[in-house]
Amino acid sequence: MRKIKLIRSPIEYARNKYLKTITYSFLVILYLPIINLIFFSFNDSKRNIVWRGFTTKYYEKMFDNQILFDAFSNSLTIAFISTVISTILGLSTAICLWKFNFYLKKYYDLALIFPIVIPEICLGVSMLVFFNFISWPNFQIWPLSLSSIIIAHVSFIFPFVAIIIRSRLSILNNEILESGTDLGATNFQIIKFIIIPFLKPAIIASFLFAFTLSLDDFVVTFFTSGPNSVTLPVKIYSMVRFGITPEINAVSTLLLLIIIISTYFVIKFLTKKNRAFIK
Amino acid sequence: MANSWSVKNKLFIFLLVPGLAWLLFFFILPLIIIFSMSFGQKIDIIGVEYSWSLHNYIRAFDGIYFITLFKSVIISSITTLLCLLVAVPVVLYISFSSTRMKSILLISIMLPLWTNLLIRTYSLIAILRTKGHINSSLEFLWDSSNHLFNFLNLANYNIFSNSFTPLNLIYNNFAIILGLFYIYIPFMIIPIYLVLERFDRNLLEASYDLGANHIHTFFKIILPIISPAIISGIILVFIPCLGTFIIPDLLGGADSQMIGNIIERQFKSANDWPFGSSLSFLLIYMTIIIFAVRYIYTKLYSKLHIRMDI
Repeated sequence: MRKIKLIRSPIEYARNKYLKTITYSFLVILYLPIINLIFFSFNDSKRNIVWRGFTTKYYEKMFDNQILFDAFSNSLTIAFISTVISTILGLSTAICLWKFNFYLKKYYDLALIFPIVIPEICLGVSMLVFFNFISWPNFQIWPLSLSSIIIAHVSFIFPFVAIIIRSRLSILNNEILESGTDLGATNFQIIKFIIIPFLKPAIIASFLFAFTLSLDDFVVTFFTSGPNSVTLPVKIYSMVRFGITPEINAVSTLLLLIIIISTYFVIKFLTKKNRAFIK
Repeated sequence: MANSWSVKNKLFIFLLVPGLAWLLFFFILPLIIIFSMSFGQKIDIIGVEYSWSLHNYIRAFDGIYFITLFKSVIISSITTLLCLLVAVPVVLYISFSSTRMKSILLISIMLPLWTNLLIRTYSLIAILRTKGHINSSLEFLWDSSNHLFNFLNLANYNIFSNSFTPLNLIYNNFAIILGLFYIYIPFMIIPIYLVLERFDRNLLEASYDLGANHIHTFFKIILPIISPAIISGIILVFIPCLGTFIIPDLLGGADSQMIGNIIERQFKSANDWPFGSSLSFLLIYMTIIIFAVRYIYTKLYSKLHIRMDI
């Protein structure tokens, strides 16, 4: 009896062994350094190469380190305030661009993408020069000392929020808006009772996205931060320049964890559907 | 649903003004300031004279700075090419996987994108440095083979010299390219994936039915379809690579500076703001030129396609 040989269609690229090898080796290369970093944060050795047993002492050391703690609380404060401002600005901009046609709208659209596409370093240095130019006061009091970083963050984060919310608005069912108008709702009522509830998942998602963007940012913060306003990434940078210690691994692992958790929720809220509103 | 702006004036103003004002005051105005400063001149430690001369730009195209600028462009181009060469097969594999695998693979590629740039660069240092993991693994292999050869009485042939010399994997241009590749490749994968996932698979069937092989099908069918996405990917990788300064700072050696490092130095230590501004604006000009080229390309591309349909 002859063996039956299964003939595969040539377009089944997922079964092509060359493509498979490339993809999986790529993923290994992508993850190896990060896994290595997490793994060695628990290593009981200063030299960080040979495994010398499990320890959490670098985490304890990290929590005892007052400078690191201050940097982390600065990062969280900046992220929270700039996220709130960005969400409000992004939301109103998105609704405005979606609902109204106006003179030069095309150029406003383009100007909104600009903060996202120009190299980050250009944004950073322009902010540095700007705050010097208008002689922005060098506040000593705690939340105010972060104001320049917050302003710089909002400038590149709120366009992201506007884009996310606008893409969500494009799937809103217009009939609901029309029936709202037919039943005598004013514009503010339509925004309050239809648009905001419809956008709720997108607003939460962009809130979290903005939060991670701000928490994660190094380049813009580096140029706008002063001696009184060190954030966690800026602190990590100076630690890395100084030398490699397991403590950096521990801090990085903690930051990774926060970002991964909030990203999980971003994806969850962005893929959530509230059917009643969709076309 | 779009209304003319005169109809609901109050609401329009209420929604438009906050975003527009922020953008104008905290983004456009700073850019205008460094734009004017780029034509200025440093007179003392903090003073800048707005002399409207081009000498900063002339200086940027002179000697050492021009070499750095040129080198940044070369390094960014090599990185972009490398990203492209890896991204295409990976995307081809992902987009033909089962739905479940597809989302798992995509999320695993997106996830590093959300993690901190600095942390990822740092994680590379631990792997690449002289006493890092690659070198210590190689050293281990080297020593074991030495023992093996001694054991087999082959030591006289001296195939491996006695001590292992660590490879220079870090603090050079190779490390920068690897670092940039590692950080920015998701930006190449995503746009190509978005196109490849949706296109008509029957085109491929038709191509194979008509006797084309894999290579022919790739160059005649797949490549023309994904070429706009490749352009987007190239832009998304090339521009951030050009402006990077952390990666050459942490992974590069003394002679492997990029334009970002020079900009950083002008603002943080050398204190020559006008020159730094002109270098930043060179980056912005390049960004604008790249986008303009893409705009023209997409115009031509869509025209070509209409012609093909007819």
